[in-house]
Amino acid sequence: MTDLAVRPMALRRPDLSATRLRRRYAAERRFRFYGILAVAVAAGMLGLLLGSILYKGYSAFYRTEIALPVNFDPAVIDPAGTRDPAVIAAADYAKIARDSLNARFPDVSSRADRRALSQLLAAGTDLRLRAIAMKNPAIIGTTATVELAASDDVDMLMKGRISRAVGEADRTLTDKQLAWMDELEADGLVAYSLNTTFFTAGDSREPEEAGVLGAFIGSILTMLVTLALAFPLAVATAVYLEEFAPKNRWTDLIEVNINNLAAVPSIVFGLLGLAIFLGFFGLPRSAPVVGGLVLALMTLPTIIIATRASLKAVPPSIREAAYGVGASSLQVVTHHVVPLALPGILTGTIIGMARALGETAPLLMIGMVAFIVDVPKGFTDAATVLPVQVYLWADSPERGFVEKTSGAIIVLLVTLILMNGIAVFLRRRFERRW
Amino acid sequence: MAAIETLVPPAKVAAAGAGSPVTVEARDVNVYYGEKQALKQVDLDVRRHEVTALIGPSGCGKSTFLRCINRMNDVIEGCRVTGRISLDGEDIYDSDLDVVALRARVGMVFQKPNPFPKSVYDNVAYGPRIHGMAANRGELDEIVANSLERAGLLKEVRDRLNDPGTGLSGGQQQRLCIARAIAVNPEVILMDEPCSALDPIATARIEELIDEIRANYTIVIVTHSMQQAARVSQRTAFFHLGELVEAGDTPEIFTSPRDRRTHGYITGRFG
Repeated sequence: MTDLAVRPMALRRPDLSATRLRRRYAAERRFRFYGILAVAVAAGMLGLLLGSILYKGYSAFYRTEIALPVNFDPAVIDPAGTRDPAVIAAADYAKIARDSLNARFPDVSSRADRRALSQLLAAGTDLRLRAIAMKNPAIIGTTATVELAASDDVDMLMKGRISRAVGEADRTLTDKQLAWMDELEADGLVAYSLNTTFFTAGDSREPEEAGVLGAFIGSILTMLVTLALAFPLAVATAVYLEEFAPKNRWTDLIEVNINNLAAVPSIVFGLLGLAIFLGFFGLPRSAPVVGGLVLALMTLPTIIIATRASLKAVPPSIREAAYGVGASSLQVVTHHVVPLALPGILTGTIIGMARALGETAPLLMIGMVAFIVDVPKGFTDAATVLPVQVYLWADSPERGFVEKTSGAIIVLLVTLILMNGIAVFLRRRFERRW
Repeated sequence: MAAIETLVPPAKVAAAGAGSPVTVEARDVNVYYGEKQALKQVDLDVRRHEVTALIGPSGCGKSTFLRCINRMNDVIEGCRVTGRISLDGEDIYDSDLDVVALRARVGMVFQKPNPFPKSVYDNVAYGPRIHGMAANRGELDEIVANSLERAGLLKEVRDRLNDPGTGLSGGQQQRLCIARAIAVNPEVILMDEPCSALDPIATARIEELIDEIRANYTIVIVTHSMQQAARVSQRTAFFHLGELVEAGDTPEIFTSPRDRRTHGYITGRFG
């Protein structure tokens, strides 16, 4: 430290000149400008991101359909006329679909052309026709107009995602297929409707058959496990450490470790889950219960740190007041400190949960990246989650998965916003109680 | 909320050892905050139904002593108390003694008004609730009404019982805190500079209140205002640098202090 000796000095007054004043004002204006600029850049980036996702993803929510008169030929479906459901289920509906297209385009005769023609319809068309016949066997023997989903290539064409300008060799659709579609459109047989498949199906190798429901349910199940484990554990840990534990070397060590844990890359938690939960405990692979366990470990430090911060922020005067009327330590904590800290605890929890909901890396380690077609029905069923689904689709070569990827991101974001909305609502409620 | 109209005059419960005029007896009390000694060999008697004022310059240990009487120092990390403090002849630092029960018998009012962020009613009802003092809502209403009345607050808050206690004025908040302390019906009430955050009118109101409730409680008050000590207290203790310099009847301390340091302090020539 410098020697602060008091020596006689000249009388000095504050400099209140106009120049200094101007400079001060200019500095303040500059600072404000930088602030506004930073906000504008951040808002612009967010807008760009959301805009690009919405632009790419909105078309995932509707699909192209071709209205065709379909002849439910009894000779193909049920030649014996038994109307036995087993017989109806086993019939060759792909042929029915082909026949209805061939009836519309009688000039197409070569084998190759006919195959190309049948490729206009979605891969799951036969299943859809079978569902119709199973539900209503009376339709067999009649001709009904059915709106059949187009294949993903046709869908992309009609949504303008495939350019007609490029040469035939660089396109997934041939010139002939383009001509057929033009003809169908001219006849007013092409329509657009809500893509219900996207919301009701699990994953598929065919873009037109793929949906997010499997990943969505997987995410919900995983989040439930995470919340049920991480929230009570973290709050109990934080309350104990903050309010009851003695301050000594051990608690210091624990605190340092919790802080370090919050900074551990998430994939490490995945490796831990692989080694411990799958390897040692033999829990099922790809299951939401394991995903939830891993994400709970990852979320714990976040919630603990946020909870401790908000417990620390409760004014000591409230604790003293409660102790002063003879409340026990537990009563002070449960009646006063935790309720006052609850908004902060909920904020921390929602930050942790939001991070867990968007997490991919640790789940890859425990097999939630598998290609799973079925919608999970329980915590131990094989499942995937929304961000992993995004990752899987982004990796798929078919053009139709591009919009599905963005569509899944939109579903993920909407889920996040809903979760945050619930948290804000809860926080308001608890704040009003006090 | 049930109408709070009836007012039962406070009935003082006879406590154990009530025969003795001395309620709190401190002998050879030393307090350490870590290495630093905050109180040195303090001997002090607090008499029943009297107001004892603790005066002295900042950092002299008077608040520390006050907080020893209801073991509020227990909460502070690294604080150590030696010696003996007894309440009605019972050692309050005995390891068998339940500190929660002690604090129910020794209430406290703090420097800054610190009502709970709850309604006026719930502030007063909190102590009785956690100590199981009311069997039903009617009894609780009775306790709340009586406590507020004794704290001279009932008239002002009768229509605002469900409003947050933090919405009252500073003086009202402090009287609410006094009502909260009274509601548990303690034997001793400790007041740590209860008027330092209040204006002169609110201060006068609190001083009147202290004088009124003295008949039912034993009061120990820490104050920086010597006029206040002279006005409200019957006995005064002067602390300096962790030592109890002098204690005696208030008029005596203020007119003929025996110690030079006391004289210097009360005449404002302290140094």
